[in-house]
Amino acid sequence: MTVKATNLACARGDRMILQDVSFTLDAGDCLILRGANGAGKSTLLRVLAGLAPLAAGELILDADQMAYSGHQDALKLQLTARENLAFWAGVYDTHCVDQVIADYDLGSFADRPVATLSAGQKRRVGLARLSISERKIWIMDEPTTSLDAENRDRITAKIRDHIAAGGIVILSTHLDLDIPHATALDIAQFGATVQDTSPFLEGDY
Amino acid sequence: MRALFLRDIQLGIRSGGGFGLALAFFLIVVMFVPFGIGAERALLASVAPGILWIGALLACLLSLDRIFQLDMEDGTLDTLATSPLPLSGITAAKAAAHWVTTGLPLTLAAVPLGYLLNLPNTAYGVLFVSLLIGTPALSFIGAFGAAITVGIKRGGLLLSLLVLPLYIPTLIFGALSVTRTINGQDATATLALLIGLSLFSIVLMPFAAALALKANLK
Repeated sequence: MTVKATNLACARGDRMILQDVSFTLDAGDCLILRGANGAGKSTLLRVLAGLAPLAAGELILDADQMAYSGHQDALKLQLTARENLAFWAGVYDTHCVDQVIADYDLGSFADRPVATLSAGQKRRVGLARLSISERKIWIMDEPTTSLDAENRDRITAKIRDHIAAGGIVILSTHLDLDIPHATALDIAQFGATVQDTSPFLEGDY
Repeated sequence: MRALFLRDIQLGIRSGGGFGLALAFFLIVVMFVPFGIGAERALLASVAPGILWIGALLACLLSLDRIFQLDMEDGTLDTLATSPLPLSGITAAKAAAHWVTTGLPLTLAAVPLGYLLNLPNTAYGVLFVSLLIGTPALSFIGAFGAAITVGIKRGGLLLSLLVLPLYIPTLIFGALSVTRTINGQDATATLALLIGLSLFSIVLMPFAAALALKANLK
């Protein structure tokens, strides 16, 4: 299993923001995207997840092995944490809800409506969904947002376990996470020089 | 897909939004008609089929924007789009769940509400049947409209403008089935056309909605 990006270019709306992004990841690799706010980390992750169009370049990524976790936790406030995770287990056709709740230490609030949970607790339930999916490639957009130190370490340990088990993790963060052998990629270097891609502004009009 | 269908029904009932809102709106519209046009029994009986169908249609319209908007806002739609479910399966499951939480309750409520409008006795059966086979078209066409407008904040007006013209055939054949029965005519042909509209929508709209969602997610 390999993720291979060759000369990717990403656009946000009509503006080209990244170009010539290339990397190769094999099983057991972790890629950490770094860059200032607005540099294009989230856009690149959405492109990798297939949620945003590829402006140019070539991407090899098995979409059937990929699980994406964005800025939002994709949780329904009216349902309990357990019901939310059970729903995703139904979508991914897996049967590991109780195991994941134990692994992520969600037991103390698993049966409360998500509306009553704190931002950090919601985040933990949202990240637990990645394990529910039982997929190999995790794409995580700032996974440590609103987590305390203890839970940041717990998630980092989960990521280490996942890559040790032959998974691939691509994440963006502003923190120094304790993940050995992770490749850091500063995406500021890929900033696009051609800014405007709108075809409506080309030629005579 | 089953998990998504069941979860949407659970959400519709638990939050009270889609489920209660449409029913309450339908009830209010139908109850207000006698106050508005007077309690003349013959007049009420002649407008009853139209009022019941228009009421059901508008009540259905009221909850359409919830089909995809809420999932878009909390990131569920992004995650669903990257899940093993095909997008057309997602839209079909959500439209079906919308029908179970709005179309079906409206159909059941229409029968007692028909009594309030002095609907002739012969028409209750065909009213129930026409709504039962006609409301799926409303949910599936509506899901298509909701998928087109999903990225737009407060897109309700645009959604109504897009969807209402597409609802007109369903409204005509639905109300006409009931009127023809009241007049002692045969309603088989209009009911058959109504079934045709619903089947057409159920088969094609999920794919159209999936394309619209794909364009909106990008």
